[in-house]
Amino acid sequence: MMDRLLDGKVKVAILGSGNIGSDLMVKILREPGHMELSLLAGIDPQSEGLARARSLGINSTTQGIDPVLADPEIRIVFDATSAQAHLRHEKMLRDAGRIAVDLTPAARGPYVIPPVNLGEHIDEPNVNLITCGGQATIPLVYAVSRVTPVSYAEMVSTIASQSAGPGTRQNIDEFTDTTARGIEVIGKAQQGKAIIILNPADPPILMRNTIYALLESDSVDHQDIVDSIDKMINTVQAYVPGYRLKNAPVFEHRETPDGRKTLVVMLLEVTGAGDYLPKFAGNLDIMTASARQVGEVMAQHILEQRVKP
Amino acid sequence: MKSPRLTDTTLRDGSHAMRHQFTRQQVREVAQALDKAGVPVLEVSHGDGLSGSSIQYGFSGTNEMELIEEARNAVTQARIAALLLPGIGTRKEMKEAIARGAQVFRIATQCTEADISQQHFGMVKEMGLEAVGFLMMSHMREPGVLAEQALLMEGYGADCVYIVDSAGALLPDGAAARVRALKEALKVQVGFHAHNNLGLALGNTVAAIDAGADQVDGTLRGLGAGAGNAATELIAAALDKLGFDHGLDVFGLLDAAEFIVAPFMAFQPIPDRDSIAIGYAGVYSTFLLHAKRLGQQYGVDPLEILVELGRRKTVAGQEDWILDVTIELAKQKELHEREAGVR
Repeated sequence: MMDRLLDGKVKVAILGSGNIGSDLMVKILREPGHMELSLLAGIDPQSEGLARARSLGINSTTQGIDPVLADPEIRIVFDATSAQAHLRHEKMLRDAGRIAVDLTPAARGPYVIPPVNLGEHIDEPNVNLITCGGQATIPLVYAVSRVTPVSYAEMVSTIASQSAGPGTRQNIDEFTDTTARGIEVIGKAQQGKAIIILNPADPPILMRNTIYALLESDSVDHQDIVDSIDKMINTVQAYVPGYRLKNAPVFEHRETPDGRKTLVVMLLEVTGAGDYLPKFAGNLDIMTASARQVGEVMAQHILEQRVKP
Repeated sequence: MKSPRLTDTTLRDGSHAMRHQFTRQQVREVAQALDKAGVPVLEVSHGDGLSGSSIQYGFSGTNEMELIEEARNAVTQARIAALLLPGIGTRKEMKEAIARGAQVFRIATQCTEADISQQHFGMVKEMGLEAVGFLMMSHMREPGVLAEQALLMEGYGADCVYIVDSAGALLPDGAAARVRALKEALKVQVGFHAHNNLGLALGNTVAAIDAGADQVDGTLRGLGAGAGNAATELIAAALDKLGFDHGLDVFGLLDAAEFIVAPFMAFQPIPDRDSIAIGYAGVYSTFLLHAKRLGQQYGVDPLEILVELGRRKTVAGQEDWILDVTIELAKQKELHEREAGVR
């Protein structure tokens, strides 16, 4: 295994000490892999996340991005601030030669879904993680489209009201647009659609996603599709342990604007790891788990380049 | 006496009962008749609002933008409204609806989630159009909570906020208390939208009017999700009896319901077994046809499915959970039968 060959660690930092940044911090500390978390950078001295960092013995700052830029050893920077802030950070990080893993909707760099297309973008200075719904559902759209062409895919994400922060709430159009585009660009569906629903039930519901894929052709072995979906579930589970199908994929026929088509329905549930955020917030967990995975793969890549003669 | 404003939503809520298959001709004829009878606002959209055409809710037979344009061209005095649920449709579709003739937007959220609608109210007000807020599934929260949410919508620019009884689960005193709470809290108008699952659509509408509602909704023949809505023609007759200067042609609306809508209806929505279950369990009225279809497919009683969806506190738009619940109930049933067989 490559892992044994790679000694050393790559220093990383997290921008943003809110829920997402704090959960990512706990994840990296729990499973550092080839990363060493150098700094959690926020701007609010009262931030609960910064207090947690201090109690865990992690360097923290209220000076925002400046201390990150001041430490040349920090190679990878996770941005868990806001789209607006990232537009500013993006240029500063690029000029300083750092890799930005963008968890905001700013989308300055290419979209990445770790098990689908991270390899294509491994040398990019900036990659974007789309949306939580995208991280959850696009792998399964791709699991179908790698077997047989998908003419249309639709995802419905239902999340607990308590797990939807002000960013999502004030930019819900961007969530649906960006996710739909990700379904097309990375999921490889000819046409994509995304729907998000907030459910206020108490106790809060676990994140649920339903993925519908309409197949172009009827002459495909359903078992091949089921096998590909199972394989993808296992791949994602490796970095998001709470990722599972509630039932076996359902196949049925549906009348569509393009005639009668085979429809594959996947009922997905995502339970959070409960690192910093509650377990019901699977939507936030899959975002931070994906970010950690991207960071780890990029850190390994950096170390591999170092050992090359 | 100044009458509450009547909005007819046959061509939007009725879309559910028509499985979203309205034709241009049906839309034209209904719009003409409503316009002629003096109805000031009529709503045209996919049942789940702009961009609702989907696997989740059902594909539209005819693109809703064409239907909005058709309705716009058919009316002389009435204004065309369109529904939007943030999370399903976006401002992009709203802009297109405006280009096709929509002049009023009704922006609907689950009754606890008003703060996802700010972008959409903002755009409508920037365009100088009328914006109405919809607090869906209002039976799930107490009047005070609804008033807080309504205040958010008022702050975003709503000209009116509706108590929407999406599940047809309210009784008249509950409808009145909710309308009253909004009347006391808001500076802008208050509306009420009823479903007939417990047979109370008209009664609740009258109770809402008594409590001060400025706007109410109806559909011809009650054509709508679940057991349908308060019938537009019945509301008109009731406004007459209540002594309002409503400006509506009551007999014209009776004719429109009887001779234009009834002949093309796939079925007459009534509070039958499964619809009553919706009102009783407090689930979204549009679940009805989905639960019937899946119940038949999996051999599970739709009533059981609907009651379980109520127990899980599902909200507006969660049609995908119907399949989820149906599969689970079918598995349980199979298990029970196998155990019974062994014995």
